[in-house]
Amino acid sequence: MTFNGWFQIALYCVVIVLLVKPLGGYMTRVFAGERTILSPALRPVERLFYRLSGVDERKDQNWVTYAVAMLLFSLVGFLTLYALQRFQALLPFNPAGQSAVEEGLAFNTAMSFDTNTNWQSYVPETTLSYLVQMAGLTVHNFVSAATGIALAVALIRGFARRSAKGIGNFWVDLTRCTLYILLPLSIVVGLFFVWQGMPQNLSAYTEVTTLEGGKQVIAQGPVASQEVIKMLGTNGGGFFNANSAHPFENPNAITNFVQMVLLLSIGAALTNVFGRMVGDQRQGWAVFAVMGILMLGGTAIAYWAEAAGNPQIAKLGVDTDASALQAGGNMEGKEIRFGIANSALFATVTTDASCGAVNSMHDSYTPLGGLVPLFNIQLGEIIFGGVGSGLYGMLLFAIISVFVAGLMVGRTPEYLGKKIEAKEVKMAMLAILILPLSILGFTALATVVDAGLAGPANQGPHGFSEILYAYTSGTGNNGSAFAGISANTLFYNTTIGFAMFIGRFLMIVPMVAIAGSLAAKKIVPASAGTFPTDGPLFVGLVIGVILIVGGLTFFPALALGPLVEHFAMTAGTLF
Amino acid sequence: MTIEIPAHMRKRMAVTTMTDPKILGPAALDAFKKLDPRVMIRNPVMFTVEVVATLTTILFVRDIVVGNGGLGFALQINIWLWFTVLFANFAEAVAEGRGKAQAATLRRAKTETVAKRLADVSATKWTEVPAPQLRKGDIVLVQTGDLIPSDGEVVEGVASVNEAAITGESAPVIRESGGDRSAVTGGTQVISDWIKVRITAEPGSTFLDRMISLVEGAERQKTPNEIALNILLAGMTIIFVFSVASIPSFATYAGGTMGVLVLVALFVTLIPTTIGALLSAIGIAGMDRLVRFNVLAMSGRAVEAAGDVDTLLLDKTGTITLGNRQATEFLPVAGVTERDLADASQLSSLADETPEGRSIVVLAKDKYGIRGREMAPLHAKFIPFSAHTRISGIDVDGASIRKGAVDAVIADVRALPQAAREIEAIAEKIAKAGGTPLAVAKDGKLLGVIHLKDIVKGGIRDRFATLRRMGIRTVMITGDNPLTAAAIAAEAGVDDFLAQATPETKLKLIRDEQAQGKLVAMCGDGTNDAPALAQADVGVAMNTGTMAAREAGNMVDLDSDPAKLIEIVEIGKQLLMTRGALTTFSIANDVAKYFAIIPAMFLAFYPQLQALNVMQLKTPQSAILSAIIFNALVIIALIPLALRGVRYRPLGASAVLLRNLFVYGLGGVIVPFVGIKLIDVLVTAIGLA
Repeated sequence: MTFNGWFQIALYCVVIVLLVKPLGGYMTRVFAGERTILSPALRPVERLFYRLSGVDERKDQNWVTYAVAMLLFSLVGFLTLYALQRFQALLPFNPAGQSAVEEGLAFNTAMSFDTNTNWQSYVPETTLSYLVQMAGLTVHNFVSAATGIALAVALIRGFARRSAKGIGNFWVDLTRCTLYILLPLSIVVGLFFVWQGMPQNLSAYTEVTTLEGGKQVIAQGPVASQEVIKMLGTNGGGFFNANSAHPFENPNAITNFVQMVLLLSIGAALTNVFGRMVGDQRQGWAVFAVMGILMLGGTAIAYWAEAAGNPQIAKLGVDTDASALQAGGNMEGKEIRFGIANSALFATVTTDASCGAVNSMHDSYTPLGGLVPLFNIQLGEIIFGGVGSGLYGMLLFAIISVFVAGLMVGRTPEYLGKKIEAKEVKMAMLAILILPLSILGFTALATVVDAGLAGPANQGPHGFSEILYAYTSGTGNNGSAFAGISANTLFYNTTIGFAMFIGRFLMIVPMVAIAGSLAAKKIVPASAGTFPTDGPLFVGLVIGVILIVGGLTFFPALALGPLVEHFAMTAGTLF
Repeated sequence: MTIEIPAHMRKRMAVTTMTDPKILGPAALDAFKKLDPRVMIRNPVMFTVEVVATLTTILFVRDIVVGNGGLGFALQINIWLWFTVLFANFAEAVAEGRGKAQAATLRRAKTETVAKRLADVSATKWTEVPAPQLRKGDIVLVQTGDLIPSDGEVVEGVASVNEAAITGESAPVIRESGGDRSAVTGGTQVISDWIKVRITAEPGSTFLDRMISLVEGAERQKTPNEIALNILLAGMTIIFVFSVASIPSFATYAGGTMGVLVLVALFVTLIPTTIGALLSAIGIAGMDRLVRFNVLAMSGRAVEAAGDVDTLLLDKTGTITLGNRQATEFLPVAGVTERDLADASQLSSLADETPEGRSIVVLAKDKYGIRGREMAPLHAKFIPFSAHTRISGIDVDGASIRKGAVDAVIADVRALPQAAREIEAIAEKIAKAGGTPLAVAKDGKLLGVIHLKDIVKGGIRDRFATLRRMGIRTVMITGDNPLTAAAIAAEAGVDDFLAQATPETKLKLIRDEQAQGKLVAMCGDGTNDAPALAQADVGVAMNTGTMAAREAGNMVDLDSDPAKLIEIVEIGKQLLMTRGALTTFSIANDVAKYFAIIPAMFLAFYPQLQALNVMQLKTPQSAILSAIIFNALVIIALIPLALRGVRYRPLGASAVLLRNLFVYGLGGVIVPFVGIKLIDVLVTAIGLA
């Protein structure tokens, strides 16, 4: 580890912290329907949308209506994307002449982008037309992100409102989020990316002669526009197969930094939206602190593990120390222009945040370095998390923490004045249960059937980790991979597709139910006897609960994957 | 020297302690009876353990029949699995034991009595009928020495009644018709005079019957928080089903196999058996603590609500102040000496047997040396106080002295406006200081005012400060005017007060507090308290109170001590804290169990995982056995804590939480590492594994 490395990590953290309040304040106004700086330009557009679609923006929905609206919207989105892929050969904007996407892959991809996962079983530049990339994937990058944010706002309203029936209007939240938050930011930063050297065109691929005299096809297209929302909406689906390691997708250190900032900015700012809407910004900062500490912990472990590298290589007499001339440590699968610190940080935040974009190959990390992204996702993508989904996932854990520990102050548990009762516990447990059911269930299946065993490129525990990571990433709606696995098979496309569905929608429905149930409750005023949820004690408690619940659930699986691999590595066996 | 223990205290102490063999014996038997799956299913976690224990037992029997090896280890695991279930049942049985013992005592009070039934209130002839045949509305006569046959209301007569059978308090109480002391309870005994009682309870639903079923826990229903906690525990159990059930596939992938026994051992140690086993015992013990405190909670829900109370409504008289006021000062008008006023006051109070009257005599003597006078030779005519005139007095030696409420006395003597103003000014000063002014007039001339002072109970201020630290707001309820109320409220240190309270304003106050989301506790005894008692989240009815009040409240205080509300709140908090503490402990325990079992179970095909065996447990078998033994024994070890409850300290939420997290959270992580290691050493030493 180097000073320079830590300095860049610290700089990154400072920028994220600085963004929380302004962005949070702006988003709060947007969702409250208040006037913002962009209102003069966007308000007429917004109204036009409502008039065309017959939405009454003042009409609140109860949780069932809200959830049904969200599910219907996602269903239509899924079907449209599936159709676009199947018919892309017949549709315009296909200069590379891509043929129809095969059924299993089309199902997997449609589900992947519909659920904000952006798992890519395919190589985009040789599979998808520009039309599918733009009208299909990029649109989903916007609306799946907006859906997540809308749901988080609905849950916050559950906390903020008292004795209320409604939790907001899904169509309004979706429209406002896309129009006022995602689009303007995307346009501005998109132009910045073009300036920094990302392609933004609809040209056919260029065939060039390399210096060695060989032929090479240079893939290109509308990259910059998809790139911004890929990060901002924590989607992660790359325009190119190499994702943010590709020089066109991530040309230099500045774009790399900006991409990482985009990645966490909305998730971090939502904690402030939470604080503002419940009337006490410190509540938001407490949640932010939980996320921030877990993120720093993960980064430190990943950075340390990668900087330390593989002791077996050092034993061969190879110099693996960092110096002015080399990065040292484990550089396998990492871009030289990003180095170890920026790769480890990127890997940590992309899995903290359900993004899944990568600027290095996680499969090539040391066992413990690879454990970090894996465990991050297994915790439920709650460390800032996917836009929206991170916050609501974290609030579910806060509810469980408050329920267990809140009793210890001698009152029936309450969070922000809302009594946590049987219904909330039931729904929170249901949502939390989904994760291990899908991850462990599918992994258990894939590790015994031939179709599953055919996937991993490696033997032993590392192969196991590849399978485990695939289902973890799918269920967690992350989308990154231990890319040694060949997942473009009927078995993996189907099972991961279902994992993504389960991880997204089966978690959302109980969560929205909690929002409805909370909104209907009275708010108990805080007193000296109330468990304070804005201090370090609460932060420590939630971190403890997250680590213990997550750790206990996945310990056996992790022991058989990364842990055993680590001990084997130190003993001299590599997989 | 011997210390005399009052009779009622002796009686209460007779209630058994936990280690009493009279409780432990039947509890051990009950632990087996409770294995009935129909009973077990109420406790999802322990039911799961029973199911897997049955499964491994069947497998064990199969192994015997087939003649497989490794039976010794399997036998031990099986035994400890069953112990885990039995220990849980035992905990519940012990908790129930105390209640059962008490119920047995109460049943003795329910001996068959023969009632003297009257045709109507005025009848003099009775027919003898067995008590169980009495119906609601029947009139019975109860004479000296008779047991009151059933619950009812006195319709005629006055009697002193020994209620020791219910309250444990052997000092007799007065029961009379009309007013707030008309309720009598079946099973209590009239020890002097006679009363006619209208029966108000059908057989089988008398107070005594309800009390028996309550202390016995026969109607025990899960409380809302208990249900929520059960859901959490069931959820965690399901998570561990996934964790454990996926292991065989993972093992197959790694080229190994996994025995059912080891998986079951891991599963049982992971699921929250500790809290699952003790949860119902905690609830029962909470109710029981109230019972030993002579408070009957009609439901566990009420006990839980007590822990949540935000606002405590306390009657001034009897709770905050001593029941009676005392004279502290004589304040004469201009032209009258203090001594003259004291003299007239003393004379008028000689025949006044009320505590206030006596305090005037005492003050006159202490301050001015005016001695008590014999009443008989004075030929005095005493005019008693009436609520209508609000004046009492004495006519003696041609002089007439009157004392009473200021406005009433002014009106009575038709005082001149100027004199009236002077008196009113003095009276207002007294009222502002929280006192009650009593005007005195002699022969139509106003002499001055006696300052009667409410005496705030010693130490009550500290208790309110404690309550404030607990986050509870206290509101004093009084019939006094706002000035007086404010002064007393300030002296006693309550947070707020309701002056000139009527049943309606009381009810409104409760509703307002509840509309803000607060939980309100109050106590009351009169019929007019009934609506407020019913509206309050915790309504404690005094046992001396009317039937209506007792029906409306969700707790009955057998000692009729309104100050007990504070302890009731503490007991409620203790109950919730104990639940939280043991849940935290139970979950925190899992960390160590993983480190014991995971390396052991995978060692055969991944020897590298020996690195995770941080406790250096001897062999895989000893590791697994130690973990499961620890898991079972910790239940037994925690039974006393579950029954006694975690101590509540009124330090404020953060401090309490920090402390409990440290003890039960951090302790819960560390203790099993030590415990499992010790058991491993022991198990290896004896050669069990």
